[in-house]
Amino acid sequence: MSAAVTTPARAASGRTASIVSALRRSGWTLSLLGILAVLVAITKAIQPTFGAAGIQGLAISVMPLALASVAQAIAVISRGIDLSVGSMMALTSVVSASLMEDRGEGFAVAVVIGVLVLGLVLGAINGTLIVVTRVPDIVVTLAMLFVWAGCALLVMETPGGASAQWLRGLTLGPLVNEWIPKAAVVMLLVVAIVWIPIRRSRLGLSMYAIGSDPLAAFRSGVSVGRTKILAYALTGLFSAFGGLSLTATTGIATPVPGPYTLMSVAAVVLGGVSLSGGRGGVFGPIVAVVILSLLRTIMTFLNVNTNLATVVQGGILVGVVMVGSLIQLRRKRG
Amino acid sequence: MSVAETTPETRPAWFRPAAWANLFRERPIVPLLVILVVLVVLSEVIRPGIVSLNWAGVMVRAAIPLAILAACQTMTMLTGGIDLSVGAVASMTGFVVATLVNGPGLWTGIAVALAAAAVAGLINGIGVGVFRVHPLIMTLGMSLVVLGLANVWQLAMVQTGAGVPDLFRRVGAGMVAGVIPYSLVVFVPVAAWVLVTLNRTGYGRLLYAIGDNPVAARLAGVKAWQVLIVLYVISAVLAGIAGFLYSGLTNVASVTLVDSALLPSVAAAVIGGTSILGGRGGYGGTIIGALILTVISSLLSSLGYPEAVRQILFGSMIVFVAAAYARVTNES
Repeated sequence: MSAAVTTPARAASGRTASIVSALRRSGWTLSLLGILAVLVAITKAIQPTFGAAGIQGLAISVMPLALASVAQAIAVISRGIDLSVGSMMALTSVVSASLMEDRGEGFAVAVVIGVLVLGLVLGAINGTLIVVTRVPDIVVTLAMLFVWAGCALLVMETPGGASAQWLRGLTLGPLVNEWIPKAAVVMLLVVAIVWIPIRRSRLGLSMYAIGSDPLAAFRSGVSVGRTKILAYALTGLFSAFGGLSLTATTGIATPVPGPYTLMSVAAVVLGGVSLSGGRGGVFGPIVAVVILSLLRTIMTFLNVNTNLATVVQGGILVGVVMVGSLIQLRRKRG
Repeated sequence: MSVAETTPETRPAWFRPAAWANLFRERPIVPLLVILVVLVVLSEVIRPGIVSLNWAGVMVRAAIPLAILAACQTMTMLTGGIDLSVGAVASMTGFVVATLVNGPGLWTGIAVALAAAAVAGLINGIGVGVFRVHPLIMTLGMSLVVLGLANVWQLAMVQTGAGVPDLFRRVGAGMVAGVIPYSLVVFVPVAAWVLVTLNRTGYGRLLYAIGDNPVAARLAGVKAWQVLIVLYVISAVLAGIAGFLYSGLTNVASVTLVDSALLPSVAAAVIGGTSILGGRGGYGGTIIGALILTVISSLLSSLGYPEAVRQILFGSMIVFVAAAYARVTNES
């Protein structure tokens, strides 16, 4: 748009400047990718047989947590936090698996669409409660964690259900080349198709605006309440994607929420999203998730007790958040 | 609406919402007691003959460990925090004592368990007070760490086996004449100490001050990080004591025993009128809150509702009650 009125030279310099600023903005993500490369090299050194099959397995195991961390990132960018992500995943997963059991492949398409709508609705309920009651996000979503988990238990008391074959096929196996896992491609496509248009729209801008300063956003004409509800609805939508990926990758559903909520918070912080909102994107957290799960893989190769691995993950969570808040304190003072 | 606003004096006091809001705000314990009585009456109506002295004793016995866990939430919430590691810490202490009782002895076990709890609380306090990590994330992370370490301990202790000590069973589950629970021996001093600390000591004032207005507290010379470190250690030790009572009450030694009491402990404090934003509330309301939750639980299970319904109900209650308190306190 502005290129039409500026000279070509100024447009070119503007373009380099925008490339530099884009690099600076994604500096955190790029350094995460560097860490990831180092970790892959370490894994390869420890376990020389780690190859295409290992990457397949990694992509499949990472998928639900990556989608959960995208969901969490959207809530955190809008200066919220959603502790019910794990429960919403469990609820959407059991609903999808119980509806798809003993039904046709075509019916499953309707189920998937219905479950995604369900995710939007769950998230919108969270957001509406936060906006209407003015109770802090953390309290409302902590309470909703138990409400949605209870609903999941009502749908299905013990693990069960089934997944449609085409849905399973979306996540299993490679694509084109044996080194490119289908699960990773599908996950990135889903995130890109849903998130990038929103990020570039008025809604995306409003979400970052209410995240960095709600009062300033309000005074610039952003409807804070509505944006917040929509952000939580998106969080619910990505939780539903996460729940579907649980059903698809395991073939069944479990009514008890996994550790996704906590790990998603860790991944979001590690992925460069500020817990005070308005800063970061969704791709940093995805890389962070891969790093976290590669660390676990390395510990398995080193024969570390899995319980100790849990301890290490809790320690990483707390450590990352500590460093993150230290940086924030510095920034405030400096 | 407008009629009510122009002629408020024509209505009796009990009919004015503002008067109720005032009562709710100033003395939340009165409406809470009314709710408790209503619930007891409701239990008797739904299940005639259920309410008796023995029933009351059983309710109090079940509410005591919950009320101690809720003391952790009340004290941390007064500073604007929360302690979500109490479930893991309480399970851990009960389990550690159960594994040590046959070897090094009961009192060594208790000392080791409480020391481990205090270390967890110390790290929580350092994270929250010094590094300014959000309490919720700090304590959730700590609960992962404690659970993982407890699992490692469990694997190491597979050979020894575990048994809940007799003393815990007697104190946690025993009743004098089938009416008065033994656990009052633990609860009365703990509750008295918490009430006195919050209402009558300088330390208690500091907790309210930090939660009410952290900036003002800092300008007045309060070293918040010291207060918070002590607070989270107290919280973890109280959780440890509650863990002893839980293991005695259920006669189970498990590293996840108390997890299901985590949400009710937050719910008890919120229902009791303690604001999660800090600065408002007290332990008296929390104790009634714990009793209310216990009576509701027993009512639900006597009607044959599954655990899921209890979770949904408690979660909804937290939102509803927190919203009600937020509304009442914003009106002034």
